[in-house]
Amino acid sequence: MEKKGTRDAFGEVLCELGRENDKIFVIDADISASTKTTKFYELFPDRAFDIGIAEQNAAGIAAGLATTGKIPFISTYAVFGSMRMLEQIRTSICYPNLNAKIAVSHGGLTPGNDGPTHQAIEDFGIMRSIPNMTVIMPGDYYAVKKLVRKAAEMYGPVYLRFTRDSIPVIYTPEDEFEIGKGKRIKEGNDISIIAIGDMVYAALQAAEKLNEMGISAEVIDMHTLKPLDADIVKEAIDKTGKIITVEDHNIINGLGSAISEVVAETGKGIVRRVGINDTFAESGEYTLLLEKYGLDSNNIVIKAKEILRL
Amino acid sequence: MDSYNKVEYLEKKAKELRKTIIDMIYHAQSGHPGGSLSIADIVTALYFDELNIDPKNPKWEERDRVILSKGHVCPAIYGALAMKEYFPYEEIYTLRKINSRLQGHPDMKKTPGLDMTTGSLGQGLSVGVGMAIAAKFDKKPYRTFVILGDGELQEGQVWEAAMSAAKYKLDNLIAFVDVNNLQVDGCCDDIMSVKPIVPKWKDFGWEVFEIDGHNMEAIVKTLEEIKNVKGKPICIVMNTIKGKGVSYMEGVCKWHGQAPNTEEYNIAIEEIMR
Repeated sequence: MEKKGTRDAFGEVLCELGRENDKIFVIDADISASTKTTKFYELFPDRAFDIGIAEQNAAGIAAGLATTGKIPFISTYAVFGSMRMLEQIRTSICYPNLNAKIAVSHGGLTPGNDGPTHQAIEDFGIMRSIPNMTVIMPGDYYAVKKLVRKAAEMYGPVYLRFTRDSIPVIYTPEDEFEIGKGKRIKEGNDISIIAIGDMVYAALQAAEKLNEMGISAEVIDMHTLKPLDADIVKEAIDKTGKIITVEDHNIINGLGSAISEVVAETGKGIVRRVGINDTFAESGEYTLLLEKYGLDSNNIVIKAKEILRL
Repeated sequence: MDSYNKVEYLEKKAKELRKTIIDMIYHAQSGHPGGSLSIADIVTALYFDELNIDPKNPKWEERDRVILSKGHVCPAIYGALAMKEYFPYEEIYTLRKINSRLQGHPDMKKTPGLDMTTGSLGQGLSVGVGMAIAAKFDKKPYRTFVILGDGELQEGQVWEAAMSAAKYKLDNLIAFVDVNNLQVDGCCDDIMSVKPIVPKWKDFGWEVFEIDGHNMEAIVKTLEEIKNVKGKPICIVMNTIKGKGVSYMEGVCKWHGQAPNTEEYNIAIEEIMR
């Protein structure tokens, strides 16, 4: 299975966008090599600002640029992009609904060996509770290319989350994505697995394993956490009535919670959530962490059996 | 207008602005008079003389920008905008009330003439840096003016912004520090001193001026002088009196965020218009 870097895709598409539109600006906080914006600096030095280790200032500068019609991308890690500059995002960007984008690598457990200080497992919940904010995590390299472009084209603040480690390629360059529309990538009738970001691949793997056991699972890539595609969730409720959510995030307040809200309001259907069980993880290789903390296809299969009472 | 007449004119406008501030806070029975009165003179000089603005076209791309980083003293800006006819003057009586365009803290999406949403201290200067960078990139002559409080300098983000403004040589960015020496819990020097203020900004790479923030002649002269500064952001440290113009409010901490009652209101108006 081929793996490709989602942050590399971000760096590449940012350069494409920069070439097409001189309103695209980039603001980094000392980690441009890591968030893959260095090429943008070489190509467009007068639109790239490394403002040092000062994330709050980064958010404010982005807000100021956005008031003048620029489209700034703040580029940092998910922990800093969602928490160190949270109030600035909330008050200076989202409240006045300014057209600034917060693009973060190192989402979820993907910073692996850097440990819990650098693993962002709270950011989905934080970001989705801010009015005017759109929250997206693409499922692979090609999805990043398309969704970053869509985020640049739409008006308003967007939180875009990527991974540190490369993740399996599941799409082709021809696949299309629409912000706010979940993508059904495998059909199935018995159970619905709804996943986001780096967990979409695990969901596909689990669906295969279930298939071998004679269980037909559909897989939905819910790349946009907010606005959530409630229609596709309701379709899943009507078709299978049994939903498993999978996310590289705390089990509280992320995708599982968002989908449970829809399910609860329809009054039918069952949900099981796969995510980090409200705990800080630890240092370690990313894939081993996924296994240890239950974010893998085996755990999805266990949850599927539970829900199907097998 | 020669400079003597200009100062006299601005002093008269500053009185009107102070009256408007007290009027709207009295009618709202809520708001922040102390700090609104301490910045009334600089706000008057900006809106009635210095700024390149067009009240009929609040979103004009070439306009000078004003960011009230100490957003709680928005009655001063609302008053100036009302006097400049950005919106009907009577609207000042809707301050802080439901369905009003005049929110308790500045909302750029609601109030015509506001360039930024503020209210959480420490955030405005960074936004000003972004606007100033954009002006340089677009090769536009507009300037960005940011009004900060002295207590606000306790916020770390202010200094992040200060560093970045110097790095990018933003001589189109002007910060005013309203040194009225008081914050909510007491004297700034007792709560968490930010002094000495002038050397701090100098050390961060800014061109610094220190003036009496209630001396209109000094304000007008300094706003002229700063036009000669090249390659550095500009900071004007203004020594002011919180509550300036209303004797019982001057230098008294409780008038940070309290509205006058009817008796107090009448005294205030009488003193201001005297």
